[in-house]
Amino acid sequence: MTRFIDLTLNGISTGAVYAVVALALVLTWRATRIVNFAQGGMLMITTFIASSVIGTSGSYWLGFAVALVCGLVLGAVVERALMRRVESGPPLNAVIVALGLLILLQALAGMIWGNTPRSFPPAFSIRGYDVGGTHVLFAPNDTFTVLVVIGVAAGLAALFRGTTIGLKMRAAAFQPEVARMLGVRVGRMFTLGWALAALVGSLAGLLVAPAVFVGPNQFDPILIFGFTAAVLGGLDSPVGAVVGGVALGLVLSYVSGYEGASLVTLAALVILIAVLMIRPGGLFSSTQERRV
Amino acid sequence: MNTVLARIQGSHNTLARSLGLVVFAGAVLFIASEALGAYNELQLANGAYYFAVLAGLTVLTGLSGQISLGHGALMAVGAYTVALLIGNEHWPLVPALLAAVALTTLVGIAVGAAATRLRGPYLAGATLAFAIGLPALADKYTGTFGGENGLVVNPPTPPSWLGANFPLERWEAWIAGLGALVVLFVMNNLVRSGVGRSFRAVRDDEIAASLCGLRVGRVQTLAFVLSAACAGLGGGLLTVVLQLASPGAFQLELSLSLLTAIVLGGLGSLLGAVWGAAVLVLLPSWTNDIAHSFSLSTGVSANMPLAIYGLVLITAMLVWPSGIQGGVRAVVSRVGKRRGPRAKGAAP
Amino acid sequence: MARLEIEKLTTDYGPVRAVDGVTLAVNEGSITTVLGANGAGKTSLLRTISGLERASDGRVRLDGEDILGVPVEDIVRRGLAHVPEGRGVIAELSTEENLRLGGLWRGAEAATLGEIYELFPPLRERRGQLAASLSGGERQMLSIGRALMARPRVLLLDEPSLGLAPLVSAQIMQLISKLAAERELAVLLVEQNARSALSIAHRGVVLNLGRVVADDAAQTLSADEGLRKAYLGF
Repeated sequence: MTRFIDLTLNGISTGAVYAVVALALVLTWRATRIVNFAQGGMLMITTFIASSVIGTSGSYWLGFAVALVCGLVLGAVVERALMRRVESGPPLNAVIVALGLLILLQALAGMIWGNTPRSFPPAFSIRGYDVGGTHVLFAPNDTFTVLVVIGVAAGLAALFRGTTIGLKMRAAAFQPEVARMLGVRVGRMFTLGWALAALVGSLAGLLVAPAVFVGPNQFDPILIFGFTAAVLGGLDSPVGAVVGGVALGLVLSYVSGYEGASLVTLAALVILIAVLMIRPGGLFSSTQERRV
Repeated sequence: MNTVLARIQGSHNTLARSLGLVVFAGAVLFIASEALGAYNELQLANGAYYFAVLAGLTVLTGLSGQISLGHGALMAVGAYTVALLIGNEHWPLVPALLAAVALTTLVGIAVGAAATRLRGPYLAGATLAFAIGLPALADKYTGTFGGENGLVVNPPTPPSWLGANFPLERWEAWIAGLGALVVLFVMNNLVRSGVGRSFRAVRDDEIAASLCGLRVGRVQTLAFVLSAACAGLGGGLLTVVLQLASPGAFQLELSLSLLTAIVLGGLGSLLGAVWGAAVLVLLPSWTNDIAHSFSLSTGVSANMPLAIYGLVLITAMLVWPSGIQGGVRAVVSRVGKRRGPRAKGAAP
Repeated sequence: MARLEIEKLTTDYGPVRAVDGVTLAVNEGSITTVLGANGAGKTSLLRTISGLERASDGRVRLDGEDILGVPVEDIVRRGLAHVPEGRGVIAELSTEENLRLGGLWRGAEAATLGEIYELFPPLRERRGQLAASLSGGERQMLSIGRALMARPRVLLLDEPSLGLAPLVSAQIMQLISKLAAERELAVLLVEQNARSALSIAHRGVVLNLGRVVADDAAQTLSADEGLRKAYLGF
């Protein structure tokens, strides 16, 4: 029984990280209809920067803050300089540009910081709680992770549904031409969407770095599972991203715990196919009416 | 010239033209293989099996409009089939390759049928999961699949009538080249036939196509199955050329490279598949050479090729959105315009 | 000086000249209708005026100011509202969100939702529903209401009666007529339903292959049988 609880808690905390990555992907999708395959590379860079800042200054939270700011800037720059050119073309072009950026970022990171994975401090203690005498494999740091996810999801929901700028961003994403005709500065909305997405992504990097270590390729599995979670939940749905992430985290945790780690990727495949066969647009998709 | 070409219609003429194309390409390959040294012949062989996969993939994505991030895994199916049949069961070459194609086709039917319900990034996500999930089988059943080390296959021996000193690399280049020519013939016919048109029709407007009597699901699955068959052949040829089928060769990077190659080459175009295959074979070695020509610290030089690779991808897409083939077409049409009068075309 | 002045406006799509040297003017409080067959260049004309298409030549002046070459979002912020062909309702947003969107750039000076709901009561009933669920007539009301949120000085309407039942279409036309008069709007109305458009317009301009072939008072055009039969279909 304790095994089950431990696996469940582990699934929730890993799932929370997938959820944050998925949220970042959902953001860029909703803002510009592009899947940001470079997200993993971008969050890797910001985490490296945090690592350097923490190393020189000794302050975790300073590194944390710097990473978030760098995320904002990086997202804005990538959108304005690169993605802007391919936003209106065939979708595959944006995919290739993103992949190229991912490769470039990983190579640059290797050049600047080296290819050896390095350790990264967690925000809070990773020693599990003691609940009624039993030691559980869920720590204050995991609580922090879960709270961050909830906070980000709630913040995004509030932003999109409740604010003027969120309305503008949604309009710019759904119908950019009509939005322009209503005076919305669509370009700025796209840049803002990417900046926010990169901010969320850098959060994910900071949360997961203690576990996976920091290196050019260390974040690849997170990106893959984050993408799977986003597709699972439906790329248009932030709620879907969170549910998808946690669900995926849980199932993978159980599979890994009971069947062994080698079946984990296969399990992800099976879940994804199963869900997509029933709901081709992801769990939380609404049937879009087709414009004739 | 234009009117002559315009008057040649009909399927038997497409066959004749495909045959002519294949003979021409075959002649080029033959001459190249005679002229090149061993290393370059190996590159030719690599290019040939890449072309086999890319031809199918570019038709799937360009003509049929379906994205697949999983064709690396399909290649793995073909590769491991050939490795098992030739290595363990000692089948001869051609039946093994045919079996690889058959098995991959079956897998393609399953995947393709599932894929018809999915669109855009959801299809990408599902095929991505396929790409990372399927190779995990090799880890799970290490007994059959040889685990991390993979399966080794004896190199194909050139027949005795070619002479005792016939270079192995050239023989491999011929085998792979022949496979590529078969793919070229079949796909060229297909692209210009009713099947090719049905792919395009479904891609452009599913509802309109179904109103014309096309069974959308079947057409899409057919495209997938064909591209899977090509991938299976490509994977099988890979095993023959490299004498090895191992999980390391079929990771996600392979599927992403294939996708990159068809977009860079020019979607939907068989000539684009040729460019793409060339990029896949040549770019890594070029970037390595460039990196080594600067004497830099190991950290930097080790990552240089990748950095250049990434930069090339980005700039190529920004400068040539229609890929190399699109760029070629633009240049050719501009040259053509300087000769003829400016046409007052119909509304775009 | 008319509120909206267009002078020798020309737009090319590659080798095809969609708008060919069009000159016209619209005064405030008046409706000018642009008529002609499909492909005559009417939509291209509106799209060029609002900045969605780039003109190859000519001038567009809004209250004396040259606006050619200005980006779309800046042109509309000068008081020009373009209700596009097909209505341009954002289906994924609710009715109310669509309306709010229209007035955002105006800020405090925008019309209130209440005003628009007064004009279009059916929209109030459907305020929380997704715009995708609205009928054709309701979408047209939403589209016009959204444009009015910004208190425009110029209104470009592209085929408002398209796809609407005759009764609904007639109501929309009456509404446009009322709005133009009450709010002193300069209205440029593109229509295929020439009879209906001429009944509310002050002036009519007929386009053929991108060129102006007639520019006269609406009544004069209605009365000209030869012109009507040749270009307007009635």
